[in-house]
Amino acid sequence: MVGRRLATAIPGVIGVIVVTFLLNRALPGDPAAYFAGPAATPQAIEEIRTRLGLNRSLPEQFVLYIRDLARGDLGHSLTTGQPVAADLRARLPASLELAFCGLLLALAIALPLGVLAATRPGSGVDHVTRLLATMGNSLPVFFTGLVLVYVLYYLLGWAPPPLGRLEVFRETPPAITGSYLIDSLLARDPGLFLAVAKQLILPTMTLGLAALAPITRMTRAAMLGVLASDYVRTARANGLAPRTVLYVYALRNAMLPVVTTLGLVLSFLLGVSVVVEKIYAWPGIGAYALDSVIASDYAPVQGFVLTMAVVYVLLNLLIDLLYGVIDPRVQIES
Amino acid sequence: MKSQWWKAAILSAIALLLSTAMAMPSFSQDRSDTLLVVTEGGPNSMDIHGVGANFQVYGVTWNAYDRLLTYGKKTLPDGTVSYDFTKLEPELAQRWWLSADGMSVTFHLRKDAKFHDGTPVTAHDVKWSFDRAVIVGGFPTFQMNAGSLEKPEQFVVLSDHSFRINFLRKDKLTLPNLAVPVPVVFNSALAKRHATPTDPWAMAWLRNNTAGGGAYKVESWRPGQETVFVRNDDWKSGPLPKIRRVVVREVPSAGSRRALIERGDADIVLDLPARDFVELAKMANLTVIGTPVENAMMYVGLNAKHPPFSDVRVRQAVAYALPRKRIVEAATYGRSAPLVTPVASNTFGYDPKMSPYTMQNLSKAKALMAQSGFPNGFDTTLSFNAGFAATNEPMAILLQESLRLIGINATINKIPGAVWRGALLRKDLPVILNVFSGWLNYPEYFYLWVLHSQNSAFNTSSYQSPEMDKLIDAARFETDQKRYAEQVREFINVALRDVPILPLFQPSMDVAMQKRISGYTYWFHRQIDFRSLVKN
Repeated sequence: MVGRRLATAIPGVIGVIVVTFLLNRALPGDPAAYFAGPAATPQAIEEIRTRLGLNRSLPEQFVLYIRDLARGDLGHSLTTGQPVAADLRARLPASLELAFCGLLLALAIALPLGVLAATRPGSGVDHVTRLLATMGNSLPVFFTGLVLVYVLYYLLGWAPPPLGRLEVFRETPPAITGSYLIDSLLARDPGLFLAVAKQLILPTMTLGLAALAPITRMTRAAMLGVLASDYVRTARANGLAPRTVLYVYALRNAMLPVVTTLGLVLSFLLGVSVVVEKIYAWPGIGAYALDSVIASDYAPVQGFVLTMAVVYVLLNLLIDLLYGVIDPRVQIES
Repeated sequence: MKSQWWKAAILSAIALLLSTAMAMPSFSQDRSDTLLVVTEGGPNSMDIHGVGANFQVYGVTWNAYDRLLTYGKKTLPDGTVSYDFTKLEPELAQRWWLSADGMSVTFHLRKDAKFHDGTPVTAHDVKWSFDRAVIVGGFPTFQMNAGSLEKPEQFVVLSDHSFRINFLRKDKLTLPNLAVPVPVVFNSALAKRHATPTDPWAMAWLRNNTAGGGAYKVESWRPGQETVFVRNDDWKSGPLPKIRRVVVREVPSAGSRRALIERGDADIVLDLPARDFVELAKMANLTVIGTPVENAMMYVGLNAKHPPFSDVRVRQAVAYALPRKRIVEAATYGRSAPLVTPVASNTFGYDPKMSPYTMQNLSKAKALMAQSGFPNGFDTTLSFNAGFAATNEPMAILLQESLRLIGINATINKIPGAVWRGALLRKDLPVILNVFSGWLNYPEYFYLWVLHSQNSAFNTSSYQSPEMDKLIDAARFETDQKRYAEQVREFINVALRDVPILPLFQPSMDVAMQKRISGYTYWFHRQIDFRSLVKN
């Protein structure tokens, strides 16, 4: 079942490969001229063009690209000088860790808030929720990110310096999962875990704030719908405890649209993290892809889009599976 | 009651977690002999001979490798220290002497120098490294050629510690060119171990590893994140550096970099907008040093090949119409002085009195336009690199405004950074804002790149003049100082008459550091030399 579900994603991934390859070539910009360096003559640029294989025809370049791809070789990034696969392996965990932390923070605030607002529509809590949701929707991430750095780091000195995943005088944990939080726990180093968590505070707050709005709204709306339904009225009429009605009958049924939103929000977080990565010097894949696009460095952009496509396919599958857990009536369509 | 308990417990747990995380003492065990430098970008390679090595690679190379020669230092009028291009000093070479006929130079290498892995440095390593630089092509080869170092046969090993370079011609840039970052000495035995038949120069391995003997070893390099250097305690080519460890972190956001230096968490910060440096300079705990970059110039380029700017009267009219002072003030917030002659202020031949265009003179500009082939003016475009919009945009707007006063309607054309170099290569942009700087501080070196009809990528104006070529070529190989001075003066005069480029200002190499840091030295390659720095 899972296998068949994955198989349906294959044409999409192939499409992504072709489109990114072509889009990249359609971009203006000449990587050979860019990388020839400041003192290049036209001959030097031609030399580099040949070495990069950019003098070949498009179909030829595409065949070569596919051949390398089949061998798991995503090519070399000229901006970092590393194999793209190695870059992505090093950076994807950083982005995922940050996105998941942001999502968890948003969930921790949005779910209770949404439920509270739905149970007391029109009350003070409801207005606060509306305010928060509007703020989260309307404040751009680059703004909240800089404001948080300015207030919490620069003015108050509470938050650690925006220097990336770890402060300067710390060794990175031995790489097992790539997530510093998990790796530092696996290494049984609580001090390191705290140091990692500390660096995560500001970027997580920035992302969490952005993710707050859609989750709160969806929770509130779904809960309002469910609370007005017949079976909730029946449950109440039968004298079940309000707590049981709320959490066992209402919330679980309201979770389906919320989980759908979570999938959307997580992909959104991976997207906006470009800005957050820049502000907090976070070595994630968003900033990596952006730098590569600016330099018309084809290989990393292609690698990035491909990775993201795979991540989305997996994410969607995970959400589909979650549906089944939440509501046993839902089955993955075959 | 029970649920109250619950809430209280969760709340206090969160509060505890947050407060311990936030109030954790920052680790200060290594702070005193570790230096934290924050920059916008980092190196994309460890090998300056590699394809597409960026500016930051120069800095890695400078600190992790040794050269045969280096430059001396001098104190500038403002009290800051700069390298001195007129003084060559020993690095790996202890002594050197020219042959009687002046057609070769022999170096005596220091016997105690070792690479980071303990292998002694020999003349064979020098030969291997120089051969590599002239053979691999691209930037290193072109840089070597600038000093008439072109063929492997020129590099001769006499003994383990004695090495000769045969000259192809007498070129005063040959020796100075040995002290730039390109002709560094690699550990050839180590590199050869990683060479393959298809990669005889170990390009693949040296891209990610260093094989040097410089004052610092690269302890770790995470591309796009940080580079960590540790002192090489066995370094013999100069006094042992004071700083034991240097961490260079890449922080892409200028706002974050500025916050880091102001809060005192970073020791040195580079790559900020001019306005930030102006404000940081006013802060009591910081030192801001700005050094006019030698042999560098921000200029307006006018396309001398295509009409209407192929008409010299039009170009002269623009020169008279240019509100230089206002433009420079708007672009650099007073951190750079206007430049009226096409030669930098700390380069030989600089004499602002030579320029007829020291002040804006609209009546003269209008008169020239009236005499030109375009008395009614024309429409054109004014292009600049959008990657440096903070500097370029205000300049472009002011220039556009003043051009309108003499009947030239210029549309502003912002070109993205990735496309900029390609656009310059086509050489069809009528008016551009551009900057060029030469490592070697000689006026004819600048002119060779920018105004010679060999038409390098940097002759952005497509300017061709046999008269100019003759003067530049003569000056390059002139040995008589008096005649040289005349030639330089003459080619500057030709440039002032033909105005293919209009100088605006000399860019400034700006760096902000904590007051506790001293020993900063300006270098032509515009990277930080860790070796002279001291942290108190």
